Amino acid sequence: MAIEILSPGILTTIQDLGRPGYYHLGIPMGGAMDRLALRAANLLVGNPEGAAGLETVFMGPDLEFTEDATVAVCGADLPPTVNGAEQPSWTAFDVKAGDVLGFDYLRSGARAYIAVSGGIETPPALGSRSTYAIGALGGLKGRALAAGDSLPVGTTKAAGRSGRSVPPALRRGPKPAPELRMLPGLYWHRVTQSSQDAFFEDAWKVANEADRMGYRFQGGRMMEFVEREQPFGAGSDPSNITDACYPYGSVQVPSGAEPIVLHRDAVSGGGYFMIGTVISADMDLVGQLQPNTTMWFVRTDMESALAARAERSAILAALREAVA
Amino acid sequence: MSCRYAFGGNEHLFVEVDEAMSLEAFFVSLAITNTLRGAAIEGITEICPANASFQVKFDPDRIHPSRLLDVVKEIESDAAGADSRLDTRIIEIPVYYQDPWTHETLMRFRERHQDPDSTDIEYAARINGYGDVGAFVEAHSGAPWFVSMVGFVSGLPFLYQMVDRPRQIQVPKYLRPRTDTPKLTVGYGGCFSCIYSVRGAGGYQMFGITPMPIYDPAQRVSYLRDFMVFFRPGDIVKWAPIDRAAYDAAVEAVAEGTFEPRVRSVTFDLDEFNADIDGTNARLMEALHGD
Repeated sequence: MAIEILSPGILTTIQDLGRPGYYHLGIPMGGAMDRLALRAANLLVGNPEGAAGLETVFMGPDLEFTEDATVAVCGADLPPTVNGAEQPSWTAFDVKAGDVLGFDYLRSGARAYIAVSGGIETPPALGSRSTYAIGALGGLKGRALAAGDSLPVGTTKAAGRSGRSVPPALRRGPKPAPELRMLPGLYWHRVTQSSQDAFFEDAWKVANEADRMGYRFQGGRMMEFVEREQPFGAGSDPSNITDACYPYGSVQVPSGAEPIVLHRDAVSGGGYFMIGTVISADMDLVGQLQPNTTMWFVRTDMESALAARAERSAILAALREAVA
Repeated sequence: MSCRYAFGGNEHLFVEVDEAMSLEAFFVSLAITNTLRGAAIEGITEICPANASFQVKFDPDRIHPSRLLDVVKEIESDAAGADSRLDTRIIEIPVYYQDPWTHETLMRFRERHQDPDSTDIEYAARINGYGDVGAFVEAHSGAPWFVSMVGFVSGLPFLYQMVDRPRQIQVPKYLRPRTDTPKLTVGYGGCFSCIYSVRGAGGYQMFGITPMPIYDPAQRVSYLRDFMVFFRPGDIVKWAPIDRAAYDAAVEAVAEGTFEPRVRSVTFDLDEFNADIDGTNARLMEALHGD
């Protein structure tokens, strides 16, 4: 069984739940930016939640199937089509040998996840099939998909799953004015109180530089730094620090101008100060923000972050039950 | 030296040993992270040492953040009297300084540089008080370097020179980062050298290039078959200047699978180093070349 790539869309990569364990060597965990959407798509077609699927951004690919299979598309509202006929999202449907899975225009969100019964079975690298293009690791030859590629698919069939659907209450898309909850910390003390307040007061827009490594935001006020003599080794700009590790979700602000939220393919460290970290419960949402979206950062604390995480776990548990 | 603790969201604990870079801070970071790794604490999923700090990634479903904080603080106090000795390896890395490939790249990004009328290495030599590039290369390659962090991208080492602070080379990063850097460029930013493991964006000044791959996801390079990343924190590096002919020969040897990096086991003692820097470095060179 294989999937032939007729057209790759703008950027389609093989992703699973990633390869934690190598960040200390500069290799990020990677994996689906919207993990819940990938899990949902896999559950719908009867795969293990961590099976490899496809992550596609803004404009979907055209895929031809060499054998019958069951497919599900979750995440962004990017309506799937089979031979041109629209299919429901967040729902398993069957495709036959020779069918072409395509996509209509993106309606909301940014990234859709395509799961196929049996899962994509390219060779794993460091325990994962996720594509880390910067390091030419994983996926198909370490890169995004191209026309003419052929993807091996596992043999497990998902007979009888067609029509299974994630209940609408458990589907999460971005809201019109999204909020990302941030726990202040790290080098938060490097900016003045008024800059700290401004960061949460200002509306920010998602910049065009928004990819698997990180999302840049524009439109808020420049930050003012607390004066200090720069420590040895840090560099001369007040936003510089002695190169340190960057948490996933950390918010760095080079020169105090445009915040960048690091995501699944994060650079593991560097010399820019960070003002805090987007909480784990909101990381999936980052991957669904389109450029030019207006959004806000919201201040949170550890207790609320852990409560939000528990809520996300409860949604996943409900989803597992709903599609079992 | 007392550590500063800060949570990075609900999955990371960031620990700053010192704001400034020093071998002492790096050794404390290495000692705590090694002890922490050995302790195998339930819920800690990744431990990342950096230059003068480190980061612990944890699963808050398995260990509460406040409990984790207590555990790491306890290990910090245990590590305070840590052994100043480190069993590690010393590696010779050939460098072709002022090579044509980084030169071509730096010329393309001149408008992002502090001094558009000179090359990166000419600029670095001048602002560090060296009369010419030759003297600067001698300083850069004369004393060994500690790998004080591996990261940014796949397997990229940050290196800190093993000399006293007045002799440390310092160079600012580019005014705006380049969008391109050749693979295996030997770079410099702040007080750190680095080797770019892959081609890509970068802000460090470019001094030269090494023929020796340090990251190979396909694991075809003979000495990277066991693991795709060459460096680990704590490695000691000595740059060996080479010319074009030696560079070409090394590239060919890598392709043929016959290139073997010169690597020797050494024990480094920080107290001994601080008492006699040049003497300690001379002994390290003997270990590297003594057979």
